[in-house]
Amino acid sequence: MSAQPDAVPSSAQASIRVGSDIPFYVCMCLLGSTYVLLIAAMLIADLRYTTAPHLLQAFGSPEIRYAIKLSLISCTITTILSLWVAVPLGYLLSRHDFPGKWLVDALLDIPIVLPPLVIGLSLLILFQTPLFRSLDDAFQVTYAVPSVIVAQFAVACAFAVRTMRVTFDQISPRSEQVALTLGCSQAQAFWMVTLPEARRGILTAATLAWARSLGEFGPILIFSGATRMRTEVLSTTVFLELSVGNIEAAVAVSLLMIAAAVIVLTVVRLFGSDVSFGKAVEP
Amino acid sequence: MIVVSNLTVHAGAFSITDVSFEVPAGAYGVLMGKTGSGKTTLLEALCGLRRVASGSITLMGRDVTHLKPAERGVGYVPQDRALFSTMSIREHLAFALVLRNWSEADISRRVSELAELLGLSKLLDRKPRGLSGGEAQRVALGRALACRPGILILDEPLSALDEETRLEMYALLKTVREQTHVTALHVTHSRSEAEQLGDMIFSIERGAFRPLEKAGAPKSRLAGEGT
Repeated sequence: MSAQPDAVPSSAQASIRVGSDIPFYVCMCLLGSTYVLLIAAMLIADLRYTTAPHLLQAFGSPEIRYAIKLSLISCTITTILSLWVAVPLGYLLSRHDFPGKWLVDALLDIPIVLPPLVIGLSLLILFQTPLFRSLDDAFQVTYAVPSVIVAQFAVACAFAVRTMRVTFDQISPRSEQVALTLGCSQAQAFWMVTLPEARRGILTAATLAWARSLGEFGPILIFSGATRMRTEVLSTTVFLELSVGNIEAAVAVSLLMIAAAVIVLTVVRLFGSDVSFGKAVEP
Repeated sequence: MIVVSNLTVHAGAFSITDVSFEVPAGAYGVLMGKTGSGKTTLLEALCGLRRVASGSITLMGRDVTHLKPAERGVGYVPQDRALFSTMSIREHLAFALVLRNWSEADISRRVSELAELLGLSKLLDRKPRGLSGGEAQRVALGRALACRPGILILDEPLSALDEETRLEMYALLKTVREQTHVTALHVTHSRSEAEQLGDMIFSIERGAFRPLEKAGAPKSRLAGEGT
């Protein structure tokens, strides 16, 4: 029996039947929504756990008010210091190739991927070396307020640098080159053209650094201790109140931190750049 | 006047080697070539944005081979226009003048003059966002011409424009040339654009340079040929 040649019916395309897309989207939504629901459920549980009198009582406590004040001041100082470093470092990494760039890049990922406790321990050991011990003797860093800022800076700055690098990556170098041909020095081109174009990225970097500083706990616990009315920030307060069984106060402070996080995320979404948090922290 | 002698420039794995040509003072040179042929690399070298490996660049009788971009007296209009997104059109036109410490009155006079020449008077207080392709191109041209450079370098300035706007830009570039007497080097991959605007036409392919005959015109003046 001779083989029949393969014949493609002219109506082959028309005969294909495609099933409904609904099961696909139902599966995607069910799987994806579990995490969204978990976050929403946690926030709702926090809100339902506390009452207005609990909140007022917690915020009336001098220790918690001190923690709020120290958190606001230390986070703001950390943010300013982080921007001072992140803008030039992000610019250099984005625009230039230099020997050892890969090493600098890898080092900058360490604070992002390292367990926070290890960062605190590393800071503590660093301040046992002769140079840093003399610095500590002169300025009283460890277990004092400056140590809170150093511990926050050690982690938050890495996030600011990543954000600024992505920001400068997204700004075409061509504008800066045109400015050079128009009579600018490299510094003038940076200040007059590139930096203004990066302003939304700077705002994003600042808010992320501020939020990261506010949530910092591990390095502060190791490097600054958890002394009430001295090195106590909001994350420390949650830990201290929980450790003495005062869950109402811990939840009240947690809610305050959640409110701060929501404000920061809103600021980033409204005024920040297209640099997403994910892109910023991508190693 | 643009004089390029035995110029070699490396751009990563790509090179343009031993290129020589000359565009006399006040002439309009057009450089043609396909994408990736080395046109932009050559322009960047002329502007001082790319390091020269060997050879020399002389602009308006001055050796600028190793000068910084700011010191070359070149007006540069890049392919993507690269307008400054945070500045108004007025600030674009005044940018080079502010850097040269012109007085406010002189800046204002020059900005008005340029705005009139380029048809930008109604756009002076706007930001670049939302400008049409032709408007953005005129702003980039005005920004480059503001401090009266001796040399104007245009990198595919008309490539993204529709036919009608392109015809308007031909007329505008001819007017600019007549009024400013600037020496221009214009890069394009369009033969008709080259014929419309150029006094002399060159071609660059895979880093090699050669002159082209302009239709119905005497042979272009050329100092030398590249490899």
